[in-house]
Amino acid sequence: MFDRRLFTHFDWVLISLVVLLALVGVTNLYSATSSWGGLLTPIYLKQIYWFGLGLLIALGVCIVDYRHLEYFGIIFYLVNIALLIGVLVIGKTIMGATRWIDFGFINLQPSEVLKIVIIITFARYFSRILPARGFNLLGLGVPFLIVGLPVLLILKQPDLGTAMLIFLIGGTMALFAGIRRQTLVCLGCLGGLVAWGGWYKLHDYQRERILTFLNPERDPLGSGYHIIQSKIAVGSGGFFGKGFMAGTQSQLSFLPERHTDFAFSVFAEEWGFSGSLLLLAGYLLLLFWGIYIARRAADRFGMFLALGVTAMLFWHIVVNLGMVIGLLPVVGVPLPLFSYGGTSMVTTMIGVGLLLNVSMRRFVF
Amino acid sequence: MGLNAGWDSNSRLGRRFFYLSLAAAAIFLLLLMRLWYLQVISHERYSELSEKNRIRYIPITAERGPIYDRNGVLLVDNRPAFGIAALRQDVDDPDLLLDRLSRMLPVERDALQQRWDAGKRLPPYRPILLAADVDRGVMDQIQEHALDLPGVLIDVRPIRSYADGESAAHLFGYLGEITEAELENLESRGYKPGDFVGKSGLEKKLEEQLQGTDGERLLEVDVRGKELRMLKTREPVPGDKVYLTLQRDLQLATEKAFGDQAGAAVVLDVHSGEVLAMVNRPSFDPALFARGISGKEWIELLQNPRHPLQNKAISGQYPPGSTFKIVTALAALQSDSASRWTSVDCTGSITIGNREFRCWKKRGHGKTELKKALRESCDVWFYQAALETGIDKISQMAFDLGLGNKLDFNLNGEKSGLIPTREWKRSVYRDRWYDGETVIAAIGQGYVLTTPLQLAVMTAAVANGGEVLRPRVLRRIESITGEVLFEGEKDLLRKVEIDPENLAAVQQGLEAVVNEPHGTGMATKLKGIKVAGKTGTAQVIRRKSAEEEEAETGKEKTPYRFRDHALFVAYAPADDPKIAVAVVVEHGRHGSSAAAPIARAVFESYFAIEPTKKLDNPGFLGD
Repeated sequence: MFDRRLFTHFDWVLISLVVLLALVGVTNLYSATSSWGGLLTPIYLKQIYWFGLGLLIALGVCIVDYRHLEYFGIIFYLVNIALLIGVLVIGKTIMGATRWIDFGFINLQPSEVLKIVIIITFARYFSRILPARGFNLLGLGVPFLIVGLPVLLILKQPDLGTAMLIFLIGGTMALFAGIRRQTLVCLGCLGGLVAWGGWYKLHDYQRERILTFLNPERDPLGSGYHIIQSKIAVGSGGFFGKGFMAGTQSQLSFLPERHTDFAFSVFAEEWGFSGSLLLLAGYLLLLFWGIYIARRAADRFGMFLALGVTAMLFWHIVVNLGMVIGLLPVVGVPLPLFSYGGTSMVTTMIGVGLLLNVSMRRFVF
Repeated sequence: MGLNAGWDSNSRLGRRFFYLSLAAAAIFLLLLMRLWYLQVISHERYSELSEKNRIRYIPITAERGPIYDRNGVLLVDNRPAFGIAALRQDVDDPDLLLDRLSRMLPVERDALQQRWDAGKRLPPYRPILLAADVDRGVMDQIQEHALDLPGVLIDVRPIRSYADGESAAHLFGYLGEITEAELENLESRGYKPGDFVGKSGLEKKLEEQLQGTDGERLLEVDVRGKELRMLKTREPVPGDKVYLTLQRDLQLATEKAFGDQAGAAVVLDVHSGEVLAMVNRPSFDPALFARGISGKEWIELLQNPRHPLQNKAISGQYPPGSTFKIVTALAALQSDSASRWTSVDCTGSITIGNREFRCWKKRGHGKTELKKALRESCDVWFYQAALETGIDKISQMAFDLGLGNKLDFNLNGEKSGLIPTREWKRSVYRDRWYDGETVIAAIGQGYVLTTPLQLAVMTAAVANGGEVLRPRVLRRIESITGEVLFEGEKDLLRKVEIDPENLAAVQQGLEAVVNEPHGTGMATKLKGIKVAGKTGTAQVIRRKSAEEEEAETGKEKTPYRFRDHALFVAYAPADDPKIAVAVVVEHGRHGSSAAAPIARAVFESYFAIEPTKKLDNPGFLGD
């Protein structure tokens, strides 16, 4: 099982980038939650534990040759579907949404796991089926069903953010696999129609979020509060920032959710544009490295696998940052390696493990 | 590159990887542009918003400037007013708390509930004011039970206090909460809703000097409004110190002399025009306004038939009655229409055209020359003199002596009075001037109206040899550091050219009024100081003479509002005048009996003369 490539071809660049970003994230959490006090384990320490666990998982994932996953993919997929149905039947309800299954020792969020499973499933599908002139509408039917069934179950929970992200990840992979031009146009029209019809299917709080995104002043103390306070935090940071531990928006608790979804606001307030620029450069480097790994993967399955993980990271980063700086509606998507949260950390690190896996098995020998 | 089975030679895939990287970079560039917009271009705006979030300004009300009399005696000051407030976050059971407070405070339970409910709209950690300006006893009780009243705070702010209560209230004026219209004008000078500003009198006129500059405390608060630390304190700067020309003991003595009577009195320094006392009766308590007057109290003041809010000394317009004979006499002498020896045989009336004009003394005064005419206030002598002189010269003399025009006093609301002229008659009544009107004007009736302030200025001019001085009440304004910002100066409006002999003739007549037998002003005669003066009785409405009315209805039965106004003007000492006084007692009937004793009290106070026992016989009743 152990193979020498684990040591000789290990992707030190990737792991260094990941560790660096995670450390910046932990430091930021230290500042964001410093005013909390109390007897509980500090958030930043917990995040370090999660990151340690994540590293172990990533190493575990990269030990087994990713090519074996190809055959397990369908099993993962079916189990995941079962879990999603399980959520709807015996799930735990937190804040009006049912997303978790309590296994006693761990609270599992099957919709998070699905991100990885969809990547594996799609990688297998697109590496096998490769129409010469790209997919047409009919050809996309099977991938659409693969992603559509679980997404429907997730929307039922309801978890619009995750459903959307899974769609985006799958869509990116399909797009890369190649879609005919007229099919794209067709899909665009279809998407518009669905969006129009979907508006009426949205829950009140989801519709509220979109309306408030379009005009946060609509409800400055209610649902607009998050985005207004976040923009104030980011904007007041200026070019050089207010300094570590000196962000008034975060230290005086004006900024809500500042250890989870809005962790970047704290960073932008305290480190300013210069810090944000460096952080974004770090993330872009990670993404480029992911694309680079895909580019030189040993086979098409590996390429799509790396591409899918990179797409997952990309959409998380873009949707989170876009939300925090007022470009996108507030949809509760964490910033990978930066926002506090065990589930997000584990999912991200499984992805990182897959990237490492593909990266170090790029050589045939 | 790697040995990956050669499939990456597919140029189509290579292009896709390129576009993919490009798309990622482009989207990141978009994010960076947005960050640039927020953090660099809009930085200032967001910085401000973040400061607003975190910093709370607590205004500290500046003390209004104190007001002193001419000798530095404090007249108007500030005192701390204690309010009872509650911090909502610290109150577990509002009902219980309000129940307990309603038993201690002079506020109804319902009113407390109302204020509490209204206060819920305030941001958190902002105390809700439940009772303003409670007295010491209540304060002590609240503090004693502090443990049973969690969340209750004591709020302290300065409010106006008045050393002598109602005294000189019209001069000081009163304060009131700023109105929306006032706020619009004053907002640029740092006023905020809820501030108190001067609404009348000196408080209004000197608002800018008295207001001071509010201070502020800058507190850092967290999202719940909890105060974390003090960032900065800017101490308030009290308003400027105002020194008046008023003399407190004289003011008080004059007010006391009025008793229950309504009216006004003005005491002037004849050489400087400084107002030594300005009395208005009845008065009001300005402290009511300082703590916020209730609607009921306000209506009561407005509906009082004796007009306690009116500054009658400057805005009350009264017919001067016989006090105007001073003007007529000077006009006649100066125009050579009469001399001090001109003798008229008063038979009790004179007929002009087909109308009979009566002297106040039915039986007549007999042979009368100027001195006797002034002393006994013989109307017929002045009718005759006025006919000779003509209205033009009488009006001119009146204007010259300061009547008929505003005197540019330090307060708003001054009235001009009225001195009739031919042109005035033509423009108002579209009619010519009649001789009958001349004789009526000569005794200060008819159209003639004057304010007590104007009468005092006129009297001072007669006393000082013809100098008409602008009356003023501001002596000095000093900043809190002692820097002199304003210094009042003697302001000569004009010097009336009067032949010294003519002036002396009139002055001697005025001395006779007080000091000779049959004088109408004998109630003012003093030991040691020679007073000169002139009584007056002003008819309120056209009707039969007062004497006839009284004969018919009985003296005490004349309704108050129909009774004549009593006037008296005087100066002293006669040989070296120092102060001049004008007194109007509304519906006081006779100048000799109602107004002269008040002037007497003024002189007694000013010259520090032992008050003599009230005379049983006020001398001759006459007008």
